[in-house]
Amino acid sequence: MKKFHDSLPAKRRKLPAWLVAPSFVIGCLIVLVALAFSFFPQLIAPYDPNKINILARMQAPSSAHLFGTDNYGRDIFSRVVWGTQIDLSIGFFGVLVPLIIGGIIGLLAAWYGGVLDSLLMRFTEIMMAFPFTILVIAIISILGNGTINLYVALWLVGWMSYAKLVRAEVFSLKESEFVEAARVAGFSDARILLRHVLPNVISSSIVFAASDMVLCMLTGAAMSFLGLGVQPPTSEWGAIMNEGRSYITYASWMTFYPGLLLCITGVGLSLLGDAATDILRTKGR
Amino acid sequence: MAEVLLEVKDLKTYFPTRDELVKAVDGVSFCVYKGETFGLVGESGCGKSQTCRSILGLLKKPGRVVNGQILLNGQNLVGLMERELRKYRGKQMSVIFQEPMTSLSPVMKIKKQIMEIYDDQPMTRKEKKQKAIDLLRMVGIPSPETRVEEYTHQFSGGMRQRAMIAMALGAKPKLLIADEPTTALDVTIQDQIMKLINELKQEMDMSVILVTHDLGVIAQMCDRVAVMYAGLIMEMCDVVTLFAHPRHPYTYGLMRSLPDPAVKGGKLTAIAGSPPNLAHLPEGCPFAPRCTLCGEICKKQRPELVEIAPGHAVRCHFAAKTAAYQGIITVPGEEA
Amino acid sequence: MRQLNYILKRTLQIIPVLLIVTIITFLMIHLIPGDPARILAGEKARQATVEAMRIKLGLDKPLYVQYWIYLKDLVTLDLGTSLQYSRPVVDIILERLPLTIKLTLFSTLLGLLFAIPLGYLAGIKKDKGADHVIRLSTLVAIAMPSFWVGLLLMIVFSINLKWLPAGGWDPTSAWTQFKCLLMPAFTQSLMTAAILIRNMRNSVVDITRQDYVDFARSKGISARAVRNRHIFRNSMVSTVTLLSMRMAALLGGSVIIETVFSLPGIGKLTYEAISSRDYTTVQSVVFLFALLVLVINLLTDIVYSFLDPRVKL
Repeated sequence: MKKFHDSLPAKRRKLPAWLVAPSFVIGCLIVLVALAFSFFPQLIAPYDPNKINILARMQAPSSAHLFGTDNYGRDIFSRVVWGTQIDLSIGFFGVLVPLIIGGIIGLLAAWYGGVLDSLLMRFTEIMMAFPFTILVIAIISILGNGTINLYVALWLVGWMSYAKLVRAEVFSLKESEFVEAARVAGFSDARILLRHVLPNVISSSIVFAASDMVLCMLTGAAMSFLGLGVQPPTSEWGAIMNEGRSYITYASWMTFYPGLLLCITGVGLSLLGDAATDILRTKGR
Repeated sequence: MAEVLLEVKDLKTYFPTRDELVKAVDGVSFCVYKGETFGLVGESGCGKSQTCRSILGLLKKPGRVVNGQILLNGQNLVGLMERELRKYRGKQMSVIFQEPMTSLSPVMKIKKQIMEIYDDQPMTRKEKKQKAIDLLRMVGIPSPETRVEEYTHQFSGGMRQRAMIAMALGAKPKLLIADEPTTALDVTIQDQIMKLINELKQEMDMSVILVTHDLGVIAQMCDRVAVMYAGLIMEMCDVVTLFAHPRHPYTYGLMRSLPDPAVKGGKLTAIAGSPPNLAHLPEGCPFAPRCTLCGEICKKQRPELVEIAPGHAVRCHFAAKTAAYQGIITVPGEEA
Repeated sequence: MRQLNYILKRTLQIIPVLLIVTIITFLMIHLIPGDPARILAGEKARQATVEAMRIKLGLDKPLYVQYWIYLKDLVTLDLGTSLQYSRPVVDIILERLPLTIKLTLFSTLLGLLFAIPLGYLAGIKKDKGADHVIRLSTLVAIAMPSFWVGLLLMIVFSINLKWLPAGGWDPTSAWTQFKCLLMPAFTQSLMTAAILIRNMRNSVVDITRQDYVDFARSKGISARAVRNRHIFRNSMVSTVTLLSMRMAALLGGSVIIETVFSLPGIGKLTYEAISSRDYTTVQSVVFLFALLVLVINLLTDIVYSFLDPRVKL
C-alpha cells in the first residue's frame, strides 16, 4: 500500500525537459541518419545497389557485406541505403499532398458550410466503411502497379482524414468568440481565415501528420511487399523483403534487415512526432 | 464547554511542480466543535478548498501535506495510509463538492452510487436499496422509488446536489465538509439546499465545515468563521463578531465591498490590487501590497495569528488600530 | 425494451449507406480503363464469352440499368464466376470467410488482453517508470511492419523451434486451427494493442482527475471498488468506440497477414484476385469488406449503448 502523506520538501529542476529527453534525442538521431541515407546514398553505400554479382550470392552478413547479399549477389546494405529515399518519400509526400488538399477542402467546407459541408461529411462517412488498406488496394487494382500509382492511391485515400480534422477544427473555431469579434471588427473572411484560424489548424494537422507518416510508409512498404506498389528492381524496403521471402528459411537476412530499418525509421519518426506534439501543445495555440 | 470534533494544527499543504512550489495552505490552525457550522471564507485560490481536501486526504497530485496535524476525535489523519483513511471517510467525515454534474459518475445508477456507502455493512441488496430510497426521500427528492433507478444526467442540478448530500450523509458521519455546495446553482435552489443542510445537520447532530466565497451564505449558515487569504487564516471569530466588529483589514475590505441597499449610485469599493501568486509569496504579510494599513514591518515580517479577545483571533501587526473599524451590522445592546 | 428500438433504428440506418457502397463497388469496374465486359470476362477469354458477359450484365444498356442488374444479382448472391478458380464467387467467399472472421476475432481478443491491464497500469502510474516503458513499447509496436513481425515469428517459432506451423491452414480440429492462427493473430494484435493501450492510458489519466473519482473515494469505498466501478467502467466507454475502428483496420490488414502466413481467407483472396486481374472477385470482396465494417460498427454501437446510459435510445 502506498504511503499517503509525506513531508518531503519540493525538488526543483530548471532545464527544458523536452530538449534533453532521451526520446527526443534518439528520435533526432534516427531521422538524421535516415535523411543522410536519403540525400547521400552514394557516399554511404559501399556498393552499387543494382550490381549483380553471382559469385557473391546468398552470403550471410559479414564485414564485407553488412547485411549480406541477395540471390543476385547484390549487397543488401547498399540496397537498403538507396531505398531509404524511396520509403521516406512515400511517408512524407504520401502525407503532404493529402494534408494540403484535404486541409483546403475541410477548411472551405467548414467555413462556408451548407451543401458543401454536408456533402463532405456524407462522403467521408461512407468511405469510412472501407478499411484503409482495402481502399488503397482497390485503387491500385484499378490503376495498376507501380510507384506513381501507389502515390496516387495513398493521396486519393489519405485526404479524407485531413479534411475531417481540419473541418472539425475550423468549425469549432468558427463559433468561437474571438472569430466573432474579428468579424464584428470588419475583417474580411480571408484575413480571419489566414491570421486566426489557420495557425491553430496547422498545429493539429502537423500532430496528426506525424503519426500518419509512419502509417503511410508502412502501407507503401506493405503494398510493395505484395508486389503491388514499388516494383523491383527498385530497392524499396518492402520490395526487397518480398524478393527475399522465398529464401527465408536459409537466408533470413534478406527480409530481416530491410524490415528492421523500416521499424527503426518508424520509431524515429514517431519519437520526433511525439516531441513535436508536446512542443506545439505546450507553446499554446 | 463544547467538545472539539476536529482540530487542525499548523497545516501546510504544498504543490511541488517541476517549475515552482505552490504553497496552497501555509500554516492553518483551527478547531471545529461538535454540532457547529464552521465557515471558511475567502477569494478563489486562498486555500480553503485545499484545506478541506487535506483533511479528507483527497489532494490532487502533486499536492501533499508537508506539515501539521489533523485530529479527528483525537486521531491524527496526517500520515495515514489510504487503507486506514478509508475507515474515516463516509463514516466519520464526508464531503459534498461544488459541481454536482462532475461529482457523480455518469455511467452508474443513482441507486448504486448510494448503495456503495454500505459496502462494508452486513445488509442485503434489498435493504441497501431501501436505504437509498429513504435517503433520497430525506433530502427531498420526490418519487424516490423511481428516481433511484435513474442516471446522473437525468437529474437536474439541484436534484444532483441533493443526491450528493444523500450519499455524503448515508453513513451518518459526524463531520460534513461542504465545498461551495451552492455556487453552481440557481439562487432559489441555493436557498433550498442551504436549508436542507441545516435541517439535516440538526437532525443528525453533525458539524459542518462550510467553504464559500459568499458572505451572505456565511451570515445565513455559520456559527464561527475563519477568513482565509493566500493560504493563511487572517481572522477567526464567531459570525456576529465578524460582521459587527471585523478587525483585519482584509475582512474589513470584504465587508466594505458588499453593496449597501440603502445607498444608491456611486462606485462599489473594491479592495485594490489582486490576490498574490501562491508560488511567489512576498516575505512579510501576504496582504501587505493591498493593505491600507500597511507599514514597514508588514513587508518584512509575517504576523502571527493572535487572540485579541476571547474567541477572536487576528493576524495583523496593526490589530490595535483596527478596533476602530465599523462592521456592517450593529449588535443590539452595543454602542456603534 | 427501448434498447430493441435502438437496435432496430441503427440497423435500418445502415441500409442507405450500404446502398451507396454498392454504387461505389459497381462503379469500380467502370473506372478501369478498357472494355468492362472484357475486364470481367478476362483478358484471355474468347470473344463469344465476352459478348455473353456483356449481355448478362447488361453492359450495352444505360448505366442505371446495369446498376439495377448488379444490385439484383448482389441480393440474390449471384456474384459471378471467379476467373482464377472457375467457381462461383459466392461459394469461394463463404468457404473462406470463417477463417478471416476467426482471425480477426482472435486478434481483437489478444489485443484487448494486452491492452486493458497495460493501459490501466500506464494510466495509474502516469509519468512513472511503468508508464514510460509501456508507452515506449507501444511506440515501437506501432512502427513494426506486420509482415516483418510475422516473418520473424515464423523464423523463430516454425523454422527454428518447430513449435508452430509455418503458415497454411489445418481445419481438422480447434487445436490445429488455434496453432495456425496463433502467430498471425499475435502479429496483428500488436498494433491494435498498442493503440488501445494509448487510448486506455489517456482515458484513465483523464478519469482519475475527475471529481467523481474523488467523491467516490470520499464515501469510504475500497480502492478496488473505485477502480472497477468508477475508473474502469468509465474508461471502457471510449475504448469500445476505438475498438470498432481497430477491427476495421484488422480486416484491412488481413490481406497482408493472410498472404504472409498462407491462410486461405478473404484477405488472401483479395490479394490473389488483384494479382490475377480477377475483377469479378475483386468487386465482390471489396463490397464484403465494407459490409463487414458496417456490421462491426453496428454491433459496437449496440454494445456502446449498453455501456453509456447517456446514449439517446
